[in-house]
Amino acid sequence: MTASRQGAPGISLGRFADLVLPKLVIAPTVLTCLIGFYGFIGWTAWLSFTQSRLLPNYEWAGIERYEQLFGDDRWWHSMQHLAVFGVLFVGISLIVGLLMAVLLDQKIRGEGFLRTIYLYPMALSFIVTGTAWKWILNPGLGLEKLMHDLGWSSFVFDWIINPDTAIYAVVLAGVWQSSGFVMALFLAGLRGIDDSIIKAAQIDGASLPTIYARIIIPSLRPVFLSAFMILAHIAVKSFDLVMALTGGGPGFATDLPSIYMYQHGFTRGQLGLGAASAMMMLFTACAVVMPLLYSELRREKRG
Amino acid sequence: MANAVQARSQFSIGRTLIYAVLVVMALWYLAPLYVMLTTSLKSLDEIRAGNLLSLPGTVHFDAWQTAWASACTGVECGGVKGFFGNSLKMMIPAVLISTLVGAFNGYILSMWRFKGSDTFFMALLIGTFLPFQVVILPMAQVMGMLGLENSTGRLVLVHVVYGLQFTTLFFRNYYVTVPGELVKAARIDGAGFFRIFFKILLPLSIPTIMVCMIWQVTQIWNDFLFGVVFSSGESQPMTVGLNNLVNTSTGVKQYNVDMAAAIIAAIPTLVVYAIGSKYFVRGLTAGAVKG
Repeated sequence: MTASRQGAPGISLGRFADLVLPKLVIAPTVLTCLIGFYGFIGWTAWLSFTQSRLLPNYEWAGIERYEQLFGDDRWWHSMQHLAVFGVLFVGISLIVGLLMAVLLDQKIRGEGFLRTIYLYPMALSFIVTGTAWKWILNPGLGLEKLMHDLGWSSFVFDWIINPDTAIYAVVLAGVWQSSGFVMALFLAGLRGIDDSIIKAAQIDGASLPTIYARIIIPSLRPVFLSAFMILAHIAVKSFDLVMALTGGGPGFATDLPSIYMYQHGFTRGQLGLGAASAMMMLFTACAVVMPLLYSELRREKRG
Repeated sequence: MANAVQARSQFSIGRTLIYAVLVVMALWYLAPLYVMLTTSLKSLDEIRAGNLLSLPGTVHFDAWQTAWASACTGVECGGVKGFFGNSLKMMIPAVLISTLVGAFNGYILSMWRFKGSDTFFMALLIGTFLPFQVVILPMAQVMGMLGLENSTGRLVLVHVVYGLQFTTLFFRNYYVTVPGELVKAARIDGAGFFRIFFKILLPLSIPTIMVCMIWQVTQIWNDFLFGVVFSSGESQPMTVGLNNLVNTSTGVKQYNVDMAAAIIAAIPTLVVYAIGSKYFVRGLTAGAVKG
């Protein structure tokens, strides 16, 4: 309802206040949004085209910083790690989340209690999660030792110190933290499905797996989409989990664009390069999210 | 839907299997918490002698004391209590300010729309997809220019600025469901902008306020990126303190102290989750819908 359009302007002080006050109250947010989001993106873009090193230096450098970035092996490796981490983290979280939601939706006794357990990691900081898993995955005293004590003496679990597998340790901890949340999204979606369609399919003699494969899971499409976008977003900006779990190591085995950006922008005095890598992170996020958003909007328009 | 499906899933073997999977999953989610807790209560000797699942023979609270008051976090050795306090000092004002401003914004964007207000709301929503890395370099410059020396002040500022998109979203999405007639009638009775907000809408908004505050508490308490970028030395938040403590390599690695510190860092948000899990889930799914 647009209340403000109904007041004839200039009648009384109260009406005048009602015209001005809303705009006045929202003005600070408009300002911080325009400056803090869009202005700062422009500023970062500008920095990425300059000679800035330790301090901002607005001497034009053209695409020098980007050439430097694209010529840096460390950058490409970090992007590769992000791709591996992103695909596995998003994919496994979606599968585990969906599976648990479907199982929980079978009239389970104690459902509320189980849900509470599945979801609590979401309340934790990635730093806490990373610290806990770092200890569990500790090859000397963690899971490996537990298996040895249980009698499986040849058990080796050195993901976290092995450069080839360290990224999977990050995936493991990430899935642990986020899959319960995906479960909650899917469960809400499942509860929103119309009973009558499923009953009709049952009367037609469709088996339970068929009903799930043909009717229930396809109708969860919007949930898939929003879960995917949130997980992809978590993956692209992912920083704290890796910092706590592996610190980007061993060596640079779990280095990510976010760590690259942080180190060049804040600790190595390479502002321009940091800005260029931040812009690439923005493009990555857009590249993942935009096509989905666009296709979904088109679907909605078509009805 | 569960009803319809149930008829087909009465086979007891199938149901037993479902329960087994669900219980195993529950154990997998609980395992790290169990490991953290038991490790924090063991002595270092016990940790080396036992394994992840073994219970502490005698319960030691030494690690907790060390973590709280005397563990080294870099050069300083004062435990995490200072960091814990810093996090509280930044979190409380940031949560209150961002919630209040978000409530006003949501009220305006639903009840007092003006030309361009929908466009602005879209612009704000797009901000929820931004990786913050793309704004932190200019933010650091601006803080330097403003001469904001105080780390707590800096963190309150960034958490308010980059939390407003979510708090506004929560309230706006709630207020569009409130009948506009309510506001119209109040206006005819002569109530103005603030009066309508405080007397009519705010009392209706308690659940939304809960959702919003719980969301902001977890976001701000758990943040690491802003903390590590915009604060320094003795005014860093808890997440940074914990990370420093775990990565400080002086002397023998004290796993029990690490775990105690991690639990201390987790307690506030776990308590919030335990008390308001209903609102917590609602916030998560509301954030998921994003308009």
